[in-house]
Amino acid sequence: MVKEIERAGIPVVHVCTVVPISLTVGANRIVPAVAIPHPLGNPNLPPDEERKLRRGLVLKALNALTVEVHGQTVFE
Amino acid sequence: MRIVHYINQFFGGIGGEEKAGHRPEVRQGPVGPGMALTQALAGSGEIVATVICGDSWFNENLEEASRTVLDLISQYSPDLVIAGPAFNAGRYGMACGAVAEVVSKRLNIPVVSGMYKENPGLEVYRKHAWVVETGDSAASMRTAVPAIAAMVKRLASGQEPEPGTYLERGIRLNYFEAERGSKRAVEMLVRKLSEQPFTTEYPMPAFDRVAPNPPVRDLSKAKIALVTSGGIVPKGNPDRIESSSASKFGKYFLGDRDDLTSETHQTAHGGYDPTYANADADRVLPLDVMRQLEREGVIGKLHDYWYATVGNGTSVANAKAYAAAIAQDLVSHAVDAVILTST
Repeated sequence: MVKEIERAGIPVVHVCTVVPISLTVGANRIVPAVAIPHPLGNPNLPPDEERKLRRGLVLKALNALTVEVHGQTVFE
Repeated sequence: MRIVHYINQFFGGIGGEEKAGHRPEVRQGPVGPGMALTQALAGSGEIVATVICGDSWFNENLEEASRTVLDLISQYSPDLVIAGPAFNAGRYGMACGAVAEVVSKRLNIPVVSGMYKENPGLEVYRKHAWVVETGDSAASMRTAVPAIAAMVKRLASGQEPEPGTYLERGIRLNYFEAERGSKRAVEMLVRKLSEQPFTTEYPMPAFDRVAPNPPVRDLSKAKIALVTSGGIVPKGNPDRIESSSASKFGKYFLGDRDDLTSETHQTAHGGYDPTYANADADRVLPLDVMRQLEREGVIGKLHDYWYATVGNGTSVANAKAYAAAIAQDLVSHAVDAVILTST
């Protein structure tokens, strides 16, 4: 899916847990996520902390969209 | 021949998605599909132990999982390892592939598996195992078991498997050809020039890569859209997106909504434990913080719609088609960039 969006000329960042799959599929901007059933959250954290974690990940993803990349790049 | 079998929590009888976080354990003898394999092997190999691990735990802890599973396997000094079959289960296929890699590299013994041709585990790890082709679901267990057993028997007899009986590993094989290369090449060329069919001896791998687009210059003026393959839909799943092998995607209006809750949204996705996404869908589709960042002016605007499908077992061709349609819609709405989340 990332590839088709990229193909349409729109920069896209893939936020996902299993990075090797994302690399195989061909995503160019990749941000590793927390866990498969809750990529952008952690149910073990209190709600405030969890939202902070999510905000951090989203900011990382947004930042990845502003960075020039020349090939597949994982933003750790 | 001593065999150790690797399977996931589901086939190990430990539980479904709610047990996908199960840590590796080992049991004596065959378990689950190992029973049928034992029968099909008819004495040409014995499953001495079965290593079981939850699919999510394995994928979320790839290195530790590979190491732990390798330790459990080595204790039994096997001559061969069977992993799966994993059919089209992505996380299971990835786990089987990772087991194949670490076992073939460290123990230097063959690994046999079974997967559907679109399993991502095949794409990533094909070099490391003899993978027989299976159907896309466990419904094809009946044909997968004899195929795996036949492969094991062949390896047990010391013979190299026949090309065509396994999914290509991307490894070149040496063989003697009657005619020399230059002659074959000219013959091929002549056939090509006369527009007759010919078969290449070295098919080029089909790399479907798309070059990255230039970055967003100014986030504070950009319109950003959210797309997910994690199945986040309005409560009740109005479009009836299937939990597996989705036949469609959904486009949903956000309006001025600034949070997803268990009353309003859910996941339609099967294949992972939906508890966390159903309790708070922001964990998959981060609307709450996107709205916050929009208000703070970090991003210009959040696109008024989000798009969702279910990645579980969905064919590559379908996923491609849905995303192409989504992309067209994004372009028509002048969306500048996309965050795509996957479970």
